[in-house]
Parts: sequence; structure tokens; C-alpha cells
Amino acid sequence: MTALLQARDLRLAFGGLKAADGIDLDVEAGEFLAIIGPNGAGKTTFINMTTGYLKPQGGSIAFEGRPILGLSPRRIVGLGVARSFQLPQLFTEHTVLQNVALAVAAREGVWSVLNPLLRPRFRDEAAELIERFGLTRIAEVRADALNEGARKLVDIAMAVALRPRLLLMDEPTSGVAAAEKMGIVETLVRVLREARVTAVFVEHDMEVVGRFADRVAVWGQGKIAALGPPSRILNDPEVQRTVIGIAPTGGAHAAA
Amino acid sequence: MTRRSETLLAFAGAVLILVLAYAVPWLRFVLTIALAKGLAVLGILLLLRAGQVSFGHALYLALAAYTVAFGAMALPEALLLVPLAALFAGVVGLLIGLFVVRYREIFFGMLNLALSMVFYSVLEKFYALTHGADGIRLPPVTFLGRPLAGEAGEWTVLGMALVLALACGALVRVALASPLGEALAGIKTRETRLDFMGVSPKRVLLAAYVASAVMAGFAGAIIALTTRHVTPALSYWTTSGELVFIAILGGAGSVLGPFLGAAAYELTRVYAAATFANAWQLVLGLVLLGVIVFAPGGIWGMIARSRRAA
Repeated sequence: MTALLQARDLRLAFGGLKAADGIDLDVEAGEFLAIIGPNGAGKTTFINMTTGYLKPQGGSIAFEGRPILGLSPRRIVGLGVARSFQLPQLFTEHTVLQNVALAVAAREGVWSVLNPLLRPRFRDEAAELIERFGLTRIAEVRADALNEGARKLVDIAMAVALRPRLLLMDEPTSGVAAAEKMGIVETLVRVLREARVTAVFVEHDMEVVGRFADRVAVWGQGKIAALGPPSRILNDPEVQRTVIGIAPTGGAHAAA
Repeated sequence: MTRRSETLLAFAGAVLILVLAYAVPWLRFVLTIALAKGLAVLGILLLLRAGQVSFGHALYLALAAYTVAFGAMALPEALLLVPLAALFAGVVGLLIGLFVVRYREIFFGMLNLALSMVFYSVLEKFYALTHGADGIRLPPVTFLGRPLAGEAGEWTVLGMALVLALACGALVRVALASPLGEALAGIKTRETRLDFMGVSPKRVLLAAYVASAVMAGFAGAIIALTTRHVTPALSYWTTSGELVFIAILGGAGSVLGPFLGAAAYELTRVYAAATFANAWQLVLGLVLLGVIVFAPGGIWGMIARSRRAA
């Protein structure tokens, strides 16, 4: 069986900085793959290349066996790959409900002029999704009035509304208050598992990684330094020293 | 403001226009021009939703007006000339739109301005065809086979303008609440997100641009039938500026804004010109200054606020 997403020998340099220096990665259908690594290792670059925002200088990416390199972000979305952003990209003058409904409408075809965006079908689906994300309370709030954590969730909800088969999330929990973080991630994982979405997420919180990732890929200087189940990777002394930043004295980080 | 109260206001406005046009005959001309400009400004409002300002929409106004003037020589039926002129404006809008929707903000505005000035020069320099700055007098035109002239003719054109204004206003209002209309507003706040939702912002803007060209086309056709004389001044950049001026004056919050703005603009201009013959621009400037400082939502914003307070 071929992997859902296959990246082979991706190369991209910004001047002298190698953001991707021979990335090989298979993402299997149904798994949650966490990407960890220090700043500047090329984690976001990988997401940007996979979603068509950046074009690598070499290598290939295939989604469901089909090469997607060189396609526009729009085409790649159409194939079933959605993303959320490190800095939430919301329509700031629209309410949360309108934002999510617009994503639903984008999936169904935005070219309708005579029926309102908030027609019962779109409104109900958007409201239901908002409820699953626990955002019902702020459904009528304008996006520019939200706090960072809520923006983050709305951003992800909009990506989920596209019903992708693969969802790439760039730091879904950064900016979310520490007290709420686990609850939010649990909600998120439940929603994604229900929707049978394969997820790749960049994450800095090792507790989140340990609890929710099926596999962990460690990025370092444009390469994948290690790849495997969180129980092994998070307890690897080298990973602990370079990525997690703790002295290898046997601190058991992974809950697994 | 609910859909019902806006509809009621629109029909009340239509009745008011008819009453005024009946009571003060010379206002018929002013009000017809105001309705026509309101139509063109409705198109400007569409682009404003996407955060874009065109300083060149007089191009489509003039294009349609000249289409009526030339077309009337071969086909003097107003009921065919008006849609034909709007259609032609729409086709040219599509061609130019394919190019200009790639640009945003100042570049979008200036490109439109440049293209409209190119057309202005063409109209002015090709004297043999267009009679240059003298313009063209419209040959006699018919409406359903009957001559479109005299008092009955004025009423007919006013009626056409009113029907077009109500129809386009209703259509734009519905369209702005549709997925396409909301995506258009999304171009203003987060264009890249549209791409990552699989929607092409350029195509969304192009649709709005073509619609705005068609509405400017309707406006130009009505103006040609009203003034019965078309000149290159219709495509000069000051005419485009006037449309943007009216959009701000009327307010972009409702489809009624452009028509309120156009009526206020034309009436202010007429009365200012009568009172201060050589300084009417000064009066208009002060009015716009007052609107921007005291009522940033335009005339419509003032109405909406007073209704909310009531």
C-alpha cells in the first residue's frame, strides 16, 4: 500500500540557509504525525511546500500517488489537502459563523449568487462544526475580537470544514492558554478522528506530542534527524538535548 | 437594517423621486442623471467591498454612452440600445478585468485610471469618427417604436433608470450576502485564505469587476439618452473621481447608499452652481469634508444610526 503523502528528496535553500536538504517522508493514511524540531529547522517550510505555497528546488511530493509539485495551493486544496496556520488567517470582518460557513461554501462551490451564505444547509453544518470545537459561545463574535486561542481553533475549524483527507497544522496550540491547551487538543483530536482525517502537525509542546502523535519526525537543519513512535523518539537522549532542551538525566517526558 | 425596511425605503425613495419629478419638472433631468450615476456607483461599491477603488470606471460609462450614440444610427430602439451598451461594457470589462484583477490597491486604482485616460485620448483624437471634444449628438431614438422625445421621452428614460436602479440594487443586495459576495469581502481582509480554501480571489474579483462594468454601462446608456449628447468628458478621470466621491458620500453600508449619495451630489451641485456660480466645487468639497469628519459611514450611515437610536 502506498502512503497517503510521499515526499522524496525535497530540497529548498533560502540563500545559504538550507530549509529542506533532502527530506524523505511518508505519511500513512489515518495517522497523526507530529513534527518537532528547533526554530529554523524547516518545519513550516515543509508544510508550505506540501500545500503549494513554496516550490522546492528539487524532489517530488505525491498525494495519493499523484504528483502535486508545481500545483497551485488552490488545486492542492481541491485534491483534499488542507492546512491551518501558525498565525491564524481569518476573515477579520466576518463572524466566526461566517468564517466557517465560508469554508463550507468554498468546499461546495462558492459560485452561487442568489442564495445567502448563511442558508440553512451551510449555517447548520458550520454551527455543528463550531459546536464540536466548543466555540458555540462565540459563534456570533467578529474574528478580530477573538483571543489568540479562539482564533487558532477557528482557523483549524475552517480547514476541517473543507473535509480534507490530509490536514497540515502549523503549531495548532501555540498561543493557546496553557490551562486550556490539553482540553483543546483533546477536542481537536476527537474531531479529526471522527472525521477520519490524517493529520500532520508542527508542535513544540512535548506533552501534546507524547499524548496524541502516532509517530514523531524530528527536524534538524532541513533534514529529518529521527522518525519513530513518540515513546522512542521523545526518550532519545540526542533528541532531548537538541530539541527538547533538557539535560539527558532520564526525565521521562513521554507519557507513553 | 433588515431586508424589509431597506426594501420599504427603496420603494419610498422611488415614489419620492416620481413625486419630485412631477412637481418640479426641471428636476426630472437632474434625478435621471442621479439615478444613472447611482447605478455606476453601485458597481464601485462592489469593488469597495473587496477593498479596491477604481479611479477609471468612467471608461465603461463613456463606452456605453458612445455605444448608444453610434448604435442609434443603425438601430434607434432604446430598449435594445441600453442592454446592448451594458453588454458591450461588460465584455470590455471582462477583457480589461482579466488584466487589472491581478493588482491591488493603488496599482488597481491607477491602472484603471490609466486605461480610462487612454480611451479618453482615443475619443478626443479620432476626430473623423468621434468629432473630438465636440462629441456626438444622438440621432432620434424610439422606445417600443414610438419616438423618445419631449416630456413623454423624459418620463420614459426616468422610468427606465428607476427600474434599472431597483433591479440592480436588489440583485447586488442579494449577491453581497451570497457566498460569492462574502468571499469578495474576504479579499479585503484575508485574500490568501481564499486560495487555501480552494477559491480563486482573482476570479471572485473579476466577477465583481464585470458586474461593475455592466452597471456603469447601464449608467452611461441612460446618461446618453438623457443628455442626448455624448462627449469625451464622460471618460475623463474627474468623472471616475466623481463616482468614488459619491460612493463615499452615500456610504458603502447599503445598496441604497450610492443612490442617496448620487441624489445628494447632483442636488448639491445644481443648487451650489446656482448660488455660487464659480465656486460650486468648493461647496461640494466642504460637503465631502463634512461627511468624512462627521459621518464616516456616509449618508446611509447617518440614516442607519438614527434608526438604530430610535
